Amino acid sequence: MKHNGRFGQFGGFYVPEVLIPALEEIEQAFDRFHNDPQFVADLNNLYANYAGRPTPLYYAKRYSEYVGFQVYIKREDLLHGGAHKINNTLGQGLLAQYMGKKKLIAETGAGQHGLATATVGALFGMETKIFMGAIDVERQNLNVHKMKLLGAEVIPVRGGTCTLKDAINDALRYWTSHVDDTFYLFGTAGGPHPYPTIVKHFQTPIGIEARQQCLNQLGKLPDVVVACVGGGSNAIGIFNSFIPDNTVQLIGVEGGGRGISTGHHCATLCVGTVGVLHGARTYLLQDQNGQIHETECISAGLDYPGVGPEHSHLKDIGRARYVHVSDEQVLDAFFELTRLEGILPALESAHALAWISEQKGKYPRETVVVVNLSGRGDKDIGIVEQHRPLNR
Amino acid sequence: MTSYKTLFDHLDRAALIPFFVLGDPDEKTSLDLIKTAIDAGADILELGIPFSDPIADGPTIQKADIRALQAGMTPPKALDLIAQITAYKAIPIGLLVYYNLIYHYGVEQFFKDFKKAGGTSVLVADISIDDADEITPAALSAGLETVFMVTPNTPDQRLKQIADKTTGFIYTVSLLGTTGQRNELSAGVKPLIAKLKTLTNKPVCVGFGISSPEHAAEVASAGADGVIIGSRVVKIIEDNLGNPETMKHQVAEFIASVQETLTKA
Repeated sequence: MKHNGRFGQFGGFYVPEVLIPALEEIEQAFDRFHNDPQFVADLNNLYANYAGRPTPLYYAKRYSEYVGFQVYIKREDLLHGGAHKINNTLGQGLLAQYMGKKKLIAETGAGQHGLATATVGALFGMETKIFMGAIDVERQNLNVHKMKLLGAEVIPVRGGTCTLKDAINDALRYWTSHVDDTFYLFGTAGGPHPYPTIVKHFQTPIGIEARQQCLNQLGKLPDVVVACVGGGSNAIGIFNSFIPDNTVQLIGVEGGGRGISTGHHCATLCVGTVGVLHGARTYLLQDQNGQIHETECISAGLDYPGVGPEHSHLKDIGRARYVHVSDEQVLDAFFELTRLEGILPALESAHALAWISEQKGKYPRETVVVVNLSGRGDKDIGIVEQHRPLNR
Repeated sequence: MTSYKTLFDHLDRAALIPFFVLGDPDEKTSLDLIKTAIDAGADILELGIPFSDPIADGPTIQKADIRALQAGMTPPKALDLIAQITAYKAIPIGLLVYYNLIYHYGVEQFFKDFKKAGGTSVLVADISIDDADEITPAALSAGLETVFMVTPNTPDQRLKQIADKTTGFIYTVSLLGTTGQRNELSAGVKPLIAKLKTLTNKPVCVGFGISSPEHAAEVASAGADGVIIGSRVVKIIEDNLGNPETMKHQVAEFIASVQETLTKA
């Protein structure tokens, strides 16, 4: 490898030897193409005319009145496919095209990354396999159906806890025997180098736009930028452009599940310890022997016992602060945004909103908070109905 | 304790190296099975500590990891099992472990304790030579040998670098993929063994997908110094859960048949 892929002590590429040449090939391709004028022009064309970038930064007037300070919403939910995931899959899919790869594989939790990968597979005419935990297949069946409509094969993973981490395990295993013609389109800013860097790069337009939109609309930078964190791709995408702006507080919101004390949560950065999983040194939820814990969270997209290594670094150097909210707070926030703004947030994104709602009345009126609304909530209607039935 | 060097120098055939997950299917049966394998003719043992997320392993060994974890296996208990094995017979033991387990235990302390239990070498499945500095100095200062993997897609220059970082034996992965039984021996393995033999004089042991005495004989005749058989042995446990006597019988029979074939080869 040319680069060590470190963020402070975190990151790296802790993988079996068989994957090293494959990662090296992707690193080389990314180095070569990501600033190549033709690649950039192709990607920007797709971002603008296929996915719908730039996304608006919307001043949420009624929600702002409700919480008592100024909330601006970065509308990644309006992108094609309904989530920020398409930014990354278009970028990596195009990279796979430039590399001459014929097939795509990906892991997925909530199904949003799987859907975004299946979309790009169809767009580029690439054979696509999506690895998805069997439990997630059940709880996100609408997305499974959409992936199949798009021509992807969905492979239910029954090993381990049958969720995202096991889907990653199986995708990595599959990749070891198909490295020649297959590109592993990794979904979050985690995993082995070069993925955290690549995913950050392709998600960075979120922050670049949001920062410029703040300057245009407000004439100044925001005070706080908030995003939900599972693996952390939408968060690093919006944080990245604000990292040098020391006056801007960065808040990452993790899934507190049924409460930290119950052990049923996925608040990796809040309560985890440092370890090595899926190729990266990072914070993990694990037992005293280093066996990885099962996690639990109302949103499948955050249900992961690790986190992107750059977030671990941002936590340790104190540049970003990581907090957690409970499933109940998330459901409250889901309804608040839906009823006050007419926007159905994904339950993942509703974590960021729940933290904002928790700050109700705690910030001065003029405080500006930008929240990354990473996805729309249509996929979660069934889960919301289970927890808070309308006709009770 | 027999070192690898002494063993490979004195053995006039390829070394027979069965793999077990420590604590599979439970602590007691695991110890019995490993003793059985020793009695049946194993020259070296390759032992794994079960991990919740073993990405280098196929379904058979994943299931063994889960069985062992559910039966309560932990790294300290695994070290204790190793001590009981080496007390039974002074056989070289190579450990195959995922990094998170020893990272958590403390790398230096783990290697010291493994050496004290009678261990010989350590292979960390998810550490490549690029990060060898995180384990090699501690392993060497504990008196352990290092083992690294090469695979059919490893470039020549890197094969050489891996050989240089290896003090024990080169773990040659026979195929692109995870551990698991295969019907056919991978076509790429013989050229890989031949190439390694021109690049290095370090012992070359071959594993992944070696599923029959015939496979073992083939890699041995291609020049391998040792043959590692994992999933095929572990599958005997999976197929006979609840019948430890049958497991022992079949393990003994299989190991003996491989030994016989290797001796003839």
